[in-house]
Amino acid sequence: MMDFDIPRIPLGDWIEGGLDFLTSEFSGVTRAISRTTQTGISLLNDGLMWMPIWALMALVILLCWRLSGRRLAIGALLGLGLIWNLGLWNPMIQTLTLVVLATLVAIVIALPLGILAAVSDRFYRVIMPILDFMQTMPAFVYLIPAIPFFGIGSVSGIFATVIFSMPPAIRFTTLGIRQVPKELVEAADAFGSTRSQKLVKVQLPLSLPTVMGGINQTIMLALSMVVIAAMIGANGLGSEVWRAIQRLRPGEGFEAGIAVVIMAMLLDRLTQTLSGRKKKP
Amino acid sequence: MQNDSQVKIQVRNLSKVFGDDPKKALKLRDEGLKRPEILEKTGQTLGLSNIDFDVRDGELLVIMGLSGSGKSTLIRCLNRLIEPTEGDIIIGGENIPRLSEKALLQCRRRHFSMVFQNFALFPHRTVQMNAEYGLEIRGIPKAERQEKATHALKQVGLEGWEHAYPTQLSGGMQQRVGLARALANDASVLLMDEAFSALDPLIRRDMQQELIELQHRTKKTTIFITHDLDEAINIGDRIILLRDGEIVQIGTPEEILTHPADDYVARFIQGVDKSRVVSAQRTMRPVRATARDTDGPRTVLRKMVENGLDSIYVVDRERRLLGIVTVDEIDAAAKSGQEAIDTLISKDFPSVGPDEPLASLYKMFTGNSYPIAVIDEDSRLMGVVVKGAVLEQLAEAEAE
Ligand SMILES: Nc1ncnc2c1ncn2[C@@H]1O[C@H](COP(=O)(O)OP(=O)(O)O)[C@@H](O)[C@H]1O
Ligand SMILES: [Mg+2]
Repeated sequence: MMDFDIPRIPLGDWIEGGLDFLTSEFSGVTRAISRTTQTGISLLNDGLMWMPIWALMALVILLCWRLSGRRLAIGALLGLGLIWNLGLWNPMIQTLTLVVLATLVAIVIALPLGILAAVSDRFYRVIMPILDFMQTMPAFVYLIPAIPFFGIGSVSGIFATVIFSMPPAIRFTTLGIRQVPKELVEAADAFGSTRSQKLVKVQLPLSLPTVMGGINQTIMLALSMVVIAAMIGANGLGSEVWRAIQRLRPGEGFEAGIAVVIMAMLLDRLTQTLSGRKKKP
Repeated sequence: MQNDSQVKIQVRNLSKVFGDDPKKALKLRDEGLKRPEILEKTGQTLGLSNIDFDVRDGELLVIMGLSGSGKSTLIRCLNRLIEPTEGDIIIGGENIPRLSEKALLQCRRRHFSMVFQNFALFPHRTVQMNAEYGLEIRGIPKAERQEKATHALKQVGLEGWEHAYPTQLSGGMQQRVGLARALANDASVLLMDEAFSALDPLIRRDMQQELIELQHRTKKTTIFITHDLDEAINIGDRIILLRDGEIVQIGTPEEILTHPADDYVARFIQGVDKSRVVSAQRTMRPVRATARDTDGPRTVLRKMVENGLDSIYVVDRERRLLGIVTVDEIDAAAKSGQEAIDTLISKDFPSVGPDEPLASLYKMFTGNSYPIAVIDEDSRLMGVVVKGAVLEQLAEAEAE
């Protein structure tokens, strides 16, 4: 055996160095982000907790009924009733808070990026490989850089969740806009529309169902990530599972798991009916 | 005969190459190569080559050619939905290929509105909102654009459908929305790319007729594209014939049918029913003699005898046609010593405008045997059509 002594490439050291540099250089920024996010979490969480359980439940059931129909409303009643009965209402609200916030932030970032990738071929070529990379990366790897920036806790959880759940919203926005029939874009051009008029009056409205499909996926990914983020101290159903694992209580773990599944199904159906909804003539 | 109307758009030396080395393609073109050879040598398509024509103010100009001849490319070069490779397009003192992006937007808003083959209506907007689109992006206040859109929808017969969505309408009605969207915009030129080609033949006929009427009423300069010669002849004031990106002939429908520029055009027009196209003006002869309203019976009788006529048309000082008198009545009046002919003038005579097609002239010869008077818009007598000439022309048309 020949033993070439090829030095190991210190990839990990470089990444660490980069992270150190970023955390020290931008500590002001990260602290500001951290504070704002923390405030957002508290406000939303407190708001949802302040509502009587029956009122919130009734609200969700009503929403399901109006947007989808009786079946989903009954499903919501049974599902939410079970969660409440298992004593998982508060962790569920914490998880919901994180999902809602992370999704909002993800959408706010993803929409402009998606639009940009739709109108600029060059940006499209840059961002698509990045998205591929982001989506093939194992989910919990995102937890690692979150900690040096934001420490252990829910803020880190949101940070990792935003990054993890953003790609579909970007992709679907780009896809939706690019799928708008060429003739319609041409018609808009022929009448002398500016770029932004074309976007606002033709391309975005017509890509809305696709964009909503992307947002649906983003919500689903956010939910799964928020559960994983319990590993770095994000509160909610995830931490219930985590605790059950550590205490070797599989039954409790499954109960929390079932609560996550119920949430996923309700969120999925609700956003799906939103995206599938046709303009009523 | 052709009145020298004002020129609305001048197109000069317009060429378009689809490909990445247009200079090379144009150089080969200048060396005399045609589209197929250039495609073979460079892999580039010579979409348009050296296009020269004027669009006259208020005319309905048809651009016709087989599929792939470059019609869509040409019409899209006018408003630069496709960038021309070289050439000038001048409208209102502006040279469109030279305009900045911003000026181009203004130019499109002011000068061009477009109707598309596949309608290209916005499915998320109501009929009314579709019609308002052009005005909306120009920032016209809501009340005004509503009024204009409503008016345009009325013009195309879509009253009551304002709140429908395009998908709820039939093809013919959808294209009416397309037309209304273009008309509401008040642009100075209407571009129609195979606007009726996707419609059923019957609906298509109706739409053609309505377009002709609308166009005559509004005098909106219209450029209409079609691959269908019958349609071109039916609606066009003038026709431009395109082949492989080049103009083969420009002329009125009649000129193209009676004097095809080359074998290609001649082959193209085979099978077209000429009797529908050849006009009264073409068949008419100068009037041998006319009577004046101030003439006495004896003068008129003499004119008739000298020219061998048994009826004669009576005109006033401006050559406006008043009526017809027959030799028997004039003879009787002359014998009875009558001084004036005004009581003898009969209004019962056939008359047509100069554009009346041959086919309908023939039907008019059933009753009396007077020659048909051809009169202009001011009812001045231009000439007469006799039965023999019509038969002759029809026979000629059959023979070809
Ligand atoms: N974007 C394009 N790229 C390459 N070739 C094109 C493009 N658009 C049109 N062509 C070619 O140019 C020619 C004229 O096309 P077009 O103007 O669409 O014809 P028409 O409307 O008369 O059917 C055709 O040979 C077509 O294949
Ligand atoms: Mg075409």
